[in-house]
Amino acid sequence: MIKYLFNYIIFPGFLFTAVIGLVASWIDRKVTARVQWRIGPPWYQPLMDLVKLSIKEITVPRSASKGLFFLSPMIGLSAITLVSTFIWLINIDPGSKGFSGDIIVIIYLLTLPAIAVILGASASGNPLASLGASREIKLVIAYELPFIISLLVPIIKSGGMLRLGDIIAYQASHGAFLSSLSGIIAFIVMIFCMQAKLGLVPFDMAEAETEIMAGTCIEYSGMLLAILKLTKTMLMVALPLFLITLFWQGFNFLSLWKYVILLVIIILMRNTNPRVRIDQAVRFFWGKMTLMAILAVILAVKGI
Amino acid sequence: MARKIIPIGPYHPLQEEPEFFKLHVDGETVVDMDIELGYNHRLIEKIAESKSFDQVTFLVERICGICSTSHPFAYVNAIDDLLGVQVPERALYIRTIIGELERVHSHLLWLGLAGHFLGYNTVWMWAWRYREPVLDIFERIAGNRQNYAMMKPGGVRRDMFEEDFPWIKKTLKDLIPKFDMFKGAVMDDPVIHARTEGVGVLTKEDVHDYCAVGPTARASGVGIDVRKDDPYAAYDKVEWKVITQEGGDVYSKAVVRILELYESLNIIIQCLDKMPKGPIDINIKDMLSGEGIGRHEAPRGEVFHYIMSDGGNSPARHKVRAPSFMNIASNKKAVIGGTISDAAIILAAVDPCYCCTERMAVVDYKTGKKLMDGQDLIRLSQAKTEKLRKR
Repeated sequence: MIKYLFNYIIFPGFLFTAVIGLVASWIDRKVTARVQWRIGPPWYQPLMDLVKLSIKEITVPRSASKGLFFLSPMIGLSAITLVSTFIWLINIDPGSKGFSGDIIVIIYLLTLPAIAVILGASASGNPLASLGASREIKLVIAYELPFIISLLVPIIKSGGMLRLGDIIAYQASHGAFLSSLSGIIAFIVMIFCMQAKLGLVPFDMAEAETEIMAGTCIEYSGMLLAILKLTKTMLMVALPLFLITLFWQGFNFLSLWKYVILLVIIILMRNTNPRVRIDQAVRFFWGKMTLMAILAVILAVKGI
Repeated sequence: MARKIIPIGPYHPLQEEPEFFKLHVDGETVVDMDIELGYNHRLIEKIAESKSFDQVTFLVERICGICSTSHPFAYVNAIDDLLGVQVPERALYIRTIIGELERVHSHLLWLGLAGHFLGYNTVWMWAWRYREPVLDIFERIAGNRQNYAMMKPGGVRRDMFEEDFPWIKKTLKDLIPKFDMFKGAVMDDPVIHARTEGVGVLTKEDVHDYCAVGPTARASGVGIDVRKDDPYAAYDKVEWKVITQEGGDVYSKAVVRILELYESLNIIIQCLDKMPKGPIDINIKDMLSGEGIGRHEAPRGEVFHYIMSDGGNSPARHKVRAPSFMNIASNKKAVIGGTISDAAIILAAVDPCYCCTERMAVVDYKTGKKLMDGQDLIRLSQAKTEKLRKR
């Protein structure tokens, strides 16, 4: 029991993932700043932001339904902590951890932060927040379809394994799925879905600052806003790790470069694109991305 | 889904200045819009009547921070028109150079803001970075990066130095590859196309109906440009063309502005080459009574100044019409029917400049009767000053 709690709260769960996430978000901010001819923040800036936010007052709007307003950031944070603990543990020890069907649980847990954001925004009673929430709902519906379809590719290629540890073990003996055509296509689809899950440009319409003024988190302040930000930060660790686990032979501390490559892709995408409109995003995910995902599945069935 | 009101303004990240657009939305679609002006009214026209003709040049320079030479330019045109004087050739060229440099920096500023509103912060930072050399040129010419104080009735306030010309030309020519980059970034990027093409379309008829001016009109295929239609300063002495596009959407407006950057550089370089030597000022001593009209094609469109003089030391009436005053109303046509995401960029696409635009009247909504006029407002403000002084 103590061991599980340690895993969940300190290593490799909450604390560890949060620290890596803060470093990653500093890299993101620094590289973005350098691309934009700015100097950028010092390395401890993301942590300072959280500290500053957490000592600020929490204002609750009068029209908010209070329970849900307070609870939903916690739901998101606990879900993302659980999923990152799980993915780290499986990567450290693929043989013993996990159970059959854990991939499906991870899919659910990865959707929870978005659901939590939607719940919190709807509970806040602000029209701009509810607009952001409706955009987030549309976005979730849009990207989950290609995300789940392309997730079939590693399952098919590993011969129908629904345990993450088995997929890593299969890749360890047969080579990464990324070396096959279907794997590459599914991986590209997953990268786009990852960008949307992270809520970064070009898919940041739920929080579009210049349109609806931070949308979903407009009413959040203080500690609650810090938790929302921390959730996004941890997602920035968990999602790339999940992709590496599925397609790229898993992750250990020597293969940090895999994570860095994915991080660079995220940063580049966010700095070289304007924000798309929500209907364009839905069309993009249900059109091109879904077709590509289906193609990848067909190729995977054919064994290419 | 019930109708909701989404406020853009009075204070909103979309805008640097206070202005209130009330969007009535049905889901994501905008079904109606109210435009509410009047958060930034400064009584400029009234103040002008208490200043001397020379001081008004500085006063109108403070109307707008971005196009700070447009209003003085139109104002000195009005005074020259009132007096019927011939301004020295060299002064005309210097006025033209200042006006066009301002267009370059203003269009680059808009390009950056448009990128920011689309969530494309890289374009924002890059456009503003390449605006810096233009401001450096201003600093070399006038000593200021903004509010250059170059215009003066009957001439210009200070001369340009021949030994600066090679450096200015080189700095401007170095900008051309950067403009090419922006042109490529806007015209070739599929996501920008998706976000701006067919968005916020103003047809030719709409432009006529709303009397839109400047790049907003030229993007809809209406080639109005005061510099060509009613040449002043040195605009008839150099070769250049009016840029028009047919689309009328946000994309066309961006293209018009980017292509105008090249034309402006072209004009400046020609002016530097052709500039004659000679006096820069005719030192006007006496004021006549009469009326004068001055126009200037500001970066946002035609700015219009009317001066009435009774022969005294200050204008008897000064009337200013800024281009944004005409253009902002056309937003109503462009925004309705689009989505909220589009509204943000459409509102920004006319390059609104609210501080130039402010008008104020207190009117009874039901009867349409004016409750307060300019005199009342002055009395109110004087009373308030008195109150503050006593405290």
